[in-house]
Amino acid sequence: MKLYDMVELAGRNLREAGLRNSLTTLGIGVGVASLVAMVSLGLGLERLFSKQLGRSGLFDSVFVTARQETRALRPGQPAETGPPKPLDDSARKALGEIPDVVEVYSNFTAVGEFRLEAAKPEDSHFSIIGGLPPSARGSEAFDEFQGQFYSSDNSAEVILLAQFARALLGLPQQPQSADQKLTQEQVNQLLGKNLILRYAERSAGPPPPAAGDPAGSSSDTSAFNVVRREQALKIVGVVTNEPYRGMRQGMTSVLLPVSFAESLNMVQPGDVRSLISPTQGKRYNSLTVRVARSKQVPQVEEQIKKLGFTAFSLMDASRGLALAFKILDTFLGIFGSLALVVASLGIVNTLVMAILERRREIGIMKALGASDGDVKRIFFVEAGTMGVLGGSLGVGMGWLIGRIINFGANQYLQRNLDAKPQDFWYVSLWLVIFAVLFSVLVSLFAGLYPASRAARLDPVQALRHD
Amino acid sequence: MQTNGDEAVRTVSLVRHYKLGRSIIRAVDGVSLAAGRGEFIALLGASGSGKSTLLNLLAGLDRADSGAIVVEGKDLATLNSLELARYRRHTVGMVFQSFNLVPNMTLYENVELPMRLAEVRRRDRKARAREALEKVGLSERMKHRPSEMSGGEQQRAALARALVNEPKLLLADEPTGNLDSKTGTEIMDLIQGLNRSLGMTVIMVTHERPLAERYAHRMVFLSDGKLLQEVENKKGAAK
Repeated sequence: MKLYDMVELAGRNLREAGLRNSLTTLGIGVGVASLVAMVSLGLGLERLFSKQLGRSGLFDSVFVTARQETRALRPGQPAETGPPKPLDDSARKALGEIPDVVEVYSNFTAVGEFRLEAAKPEDSHFSIIGGLPPSARGSEAFDEFQGQFYSSDNSAEVILLAQFARALLGLPQQPQSADQKLTQEQVNQLLGKNLILRYAERSAGPPPPAAGDPAGSSSDTSAFNVVRREQALKIVGVVTNEPYRGMRQGMTSVLLPVSFAESLNMVQPGDVRSLISPTQGKRYNSLTVRVARSKQVPQVEEQIKKLGFTAFSLMDASRGLALAFKILDTFLGIFGSLALVVASLGIVNTLVMAILERRREIGIMKALGASDGDVKRIFFVEAGTMGVLGGSLGVGMGWLIGRIINFGANQYLQRNLDAKPQDFWYVSLWLVIFAVLFSVLVSLFAGLYPASRAARLDPVQALRHD
Repeated sequence: MQTNGDEAVRTVSLVRHYKLGRSIIRAVDGVSLAAGRGEFIALLGASGSGKSTLLNLLAGLDRADSGAIVVEGKDLATLNSLELARYRRHTVGMVFQSFNLVPNMTLYENVELPMRLAEVRRRDRKARAREALEKVGLSERMKHRPSEMSGGEQQRAALARALVNEPKLLLADEPTGNLDSKTGTEIMDLIQGLNRSLGMTVIMVTHERPLAERYAHRMVFLSDGKLLQEVENKKGAAK
């Protein structure tokens, strides 16, 4: 029998026992819906986490230091041979030329004293200063941002952490865990105002001759003077959380555009080393290399190591996380499939009932020349059709259930925790295709026994007068 | 086994036993029978004489325990189940006492069913179904369901269905058993007409001797699965 005849006969059979077959199909639909809902929850959470982690700037970055430093700091690591390559401007350029690298910036850290321009000098506040690259604009910290991002990477502008802004305004300090967010009114008191930074500058130039060195050390270009400087900074924004916290240590309350921060030649903690061992030119303590996508991290890390630097990334942690999500998805999938397994019993039941009802009809078909295979295939097509319809229905229902629960969860979170709406659910095209295919496969499997039973039916028995 | 050119059906020492509990029922017990092309044979006998079993064996719905059946040169014992299905599709047409139309199909769909199984091209089906239904006088009722028709009409529809794949052998199992005598006669006239006009070999099971005498060329009497007697019937042949 031709396929279209088979489909037509199967379709007519399904319509004949319409209610029963609709209920069975609905059962499959519910099964598929539970599978889709479960797996899309897993996928959604995974996406949400990786998006958040991606925005944290930890998983698409490689932290680069000169070799020696790491060995000294991590005694457990095997000693690397060869003279360490300096992490200087040429190294920075080389890092920037590695394919897939989108940004290389210095992990700038310095300290300074701050006061509002209008405030008295004794109202100064001490803070750690950090540098932010332009890409930090996408960081999750800026989701709750009051103000504007830097107009350029070289502008004398500053973004403050809310906790520090409180101190500047003379507001009472909140405990660390509390919501630090300022009111719009409080923020308006700061935005556009000048903040005066007092800092220590590395001033190039000959040092005063040392007592034990009458010949002087004018040939030592690494030597520098420390000069106290002041710089006015325009306050452009206030953030609640520290953006691109990354590998920074301590609470960095004042954030400058990284290029501008570097141009100030502030004394950084690492400079102490260059005082002890004279070196040529400017050195970075460490650099952050940012890649376009987190999966490019391992190869970029490898390239950096080939260049002779020590590279470190959180990729391993991220890989572990991906594995954990795979396991979660699998378990959710298994639980979701249980309902489909129960639904498949419905198919077996419906088709076995159909054999009893259509016993005579099967006998007639066989007498008219239907082969065992023809009879079997008609039952298979019936089971498969219920699978396709149930699967499609289930995907729709699963998607809808997901939307509804997502909406409900967001309402709850917004009301109780004041959290932003998120997508916990994600129905990918692959999930849709997989769910329908799985539904068809399960249905065909369920049709196996009824189909072969129908095919084995003895036509003489089936046609006996009753 | 060979049959001569004019032979449509030949059975040789055909045996079909059933187990019923501990006892063995010898439904067909060594029947040797031959039917020529275009012959009209009536199988007669009391209930349980084995005539229906013999018909099922000829139809390829059942398999013999021993002996041979050759229909149109095909030895049914050598055919696998797929080939046997093909044999039923193309070589044999069947009519039953209880008509056996598919109740939820229209008349047209019932007649189309053997053509679906035989993979007749879709565009040819309608014409062939109409032609078959015209032969039995039902071409106006293609859209009706069996439940909307009388017994005689249903049996005529069943005949149209049996004819539509142009089989060489028509097997009829008590075709008038559920009909009144007038309608029964109509059906028998139709079968006889097909036998004569198309040269179709007809083997009919009946327990009504007068009917057999009126239409069959030869009457074969069965009892307890054995062939009891064969009687040439000049009256049937002459009519």
